[in-house]
Amino acid sequence: MLNYIKLILLGGVILFAALAANWAHDLAYQVHALLILAVGIFMFIRVLRQTDEPVVAVSADAAADYMDGPVRYGVIATALWGVVGFLVGTFIAFQLAFPVLNFDWAQPFGNFGRLRPLHTSAVIFAFGGNGLIATSFYIVQRTSAQRLWGGNLAWFVFWGYNLFIVLAATGYLLGATQSKEYAEPEWYVDIWLTIVWVAYLAVFLGTILTRKERHIYVANWFFLSFIVTIAMLHLVNNLSIPVSIWGSKSVQVFSGVQDAMTQWWYGHNAVGFFLTAGFLGMMYYFVPKQAGRPVYSYKLSIIHFWALIFLYIWAGPHHLHYTALPDWASTLGMVFSIVLWMPSWGGMINGLMTLQGAWDKLRTDPIIRLMVASLAFYGMSTFEGPMMSIRAVNSLSHYTDWTIGHVHSGALGWNGMITFAALYFLTPKLWGREKMYSVSAINTHFWLATIGIVLYASSMWVSGIMEGLMWREVDAQGFLVNSFADTVSAKFPMNVVRGLGGVLYLAGGLIMVWNMWMTIRGGVKVTAPVGVAAE
Amino acid sequence: MDTYSFLRQLADSWVLLAMFAFFFGVVLWAFRPGSRSMHDDISQAPFRNEDRPANDAEQLKGQDNG
Repeated sequence: MLNYIKLILLGGVILFAALAANWAHDLAYQVHALLILAVGIFMFIRVLRQTDEPVVAVSADAAADYMDGPVRYGVIATALWGVVGFLVGTFIAFQLAFPVLNFDWAQPFGNFGRLRPLHTSAVIFAFGGNGLIATSFYIVQRTSAQRLWGGNLAWFVFWGYNLFIVLAATGYLLGATQSKEYAEPEWYVDIWLTIVWVAYLAVFLGTILTRKERHIYVANWFFLSFIVTIAMLHLVNNLSIPVSIWGSKSVQVFSGVQDAMTQWWYGHNAVGFFLTAGFLGMMYYFVPKQAGRPVYSYKLSIIHFWALIFLYIWAGPHHLHYTALPDWASTLGMVFSIVLWMPSWGGMINGLMTLQGAWDKLRTDPIIRLMVASLAFYGMSTFEGPMMSIRAVNSLSHYTDWTIGHVHSGALGWNGMITFAALYFLTPKLWGREKMYSVSAINTHFWLATIGIVLYASSMWVSGIMEGLMWREVDAQGFLVNSFADTVSAKFPMNVVRGLGGVLYLAGGLIMVWNMWMTIRGGVKVTAPVGVAAE
Repeated sequence: MDTYSFLRQLADSWVLLAMFAFFFGVVLWAFRPGSRSMHDDISQAPFRNEDRPANDAEQLKGQDNG
């Protein structure tokens, strides 16, 4: 019976997509309509083939196991999207150094302006988001001692989320954007994400509510706050009215400074709840697991959680210093950003102290090394961020490369490295291997990533502070000394170094993909003992 | 009083107080006497049930002292 309802719904989707493809007002909408048409037809045939077939009984044994299928797919998607995101990022870094890379033949699709949101969404939502969904599904099952709730709903979350990413990414290239940073996808993509996100919340919350552990482990608190808050942010920041149901263009409901404030309330909490709370969920599970000891202080983790979510939500206005935003609001954002330093460092200390008594593993276990470096970068960027939110510092740093460097020390260092550590932890576990194919390749990855971040962050500090100083330099008569183009040409060497940092980070990512591929394909590399005669 | 001024005043008085009270309540609750054994137990959660869900028979086993 359910299959008939599904067929009717899918038939409706196919019909609508076909009409939309025909009547589309713009290219992005047309391509998306064709894409949805293809997905709809595929799903229709799939459901049709299962209809009125005898249902294959799932053995009770299999149903009693953890549901790791979506986690495996998620792990692979995380690694692949990661490499795509790093590649686009490295390419646009070189576009900034060598504008000729905005090839004439690739216009307008290969323009920096269209590739840049592709890069940010690929690394945050595709790499980070898939990583968060996969690890949260893995962790919530293990710490609740319960199989994922909702049957195939978890598969819907995985495929639905990745469809969202494909729609968003192709939309940017084809020119559909609502020009809100980190919230660029247009209205119908936003609606689709909302549906997927509600399903995600249902699976996660359903598993927690049916748990067989008495208490909810702290990692799940972080994941839950991430899911709920992202839902709220997404809904409010994407309030818009489509110009036509047959086109991608929409008009925001808010305007002026209200729109700016809503955007940065969203934007900073995307950092706070997507890139921080969610990844702290990973940290609170994988660091204890890899170190083989429970978290240093469970009390501190509770305080960390509540302090973080109570403070982060107010920090957004620091993006709008010296704008039309009232002073009291930007002061509020600044104060909360600075107070936020405490829970951030509390969390970092909690993670690092978990290794107390296991510090020797830092020498032998490159996964632990990735985790420690990740926490160190977390501490560094959560120190740098509050400092940059102070109005006086912000007047120098805002709109310069310093901000870009800050974001990347957090994203590449904290988010990237904790995700790599999680992937290296999960890959052997999920495919029943003893360990990763090559441990020394993990080590190589670690060093490539670390040196890449150092090149990136240091070049952007130099470039950003230089830009800030050049922009504010005035001569004796009070005239500005430098034109904007002067700063652009002065930045050239730093832009090249930044691109090279990206190349190293990308190379590390490629090594990881190869290592995961070899691990999944089977077996551990056998190192032949040296000096043993063949028998 | 217009909506803006009302909300503004409410936010920086009673709501602010309520949120601080909630937060300090959480902190005090975390430090309440007897919470240590519970926290020790829950911090071990990642090390139980790694490969299979708990079956109903052994459900809550080992947690009774929590």
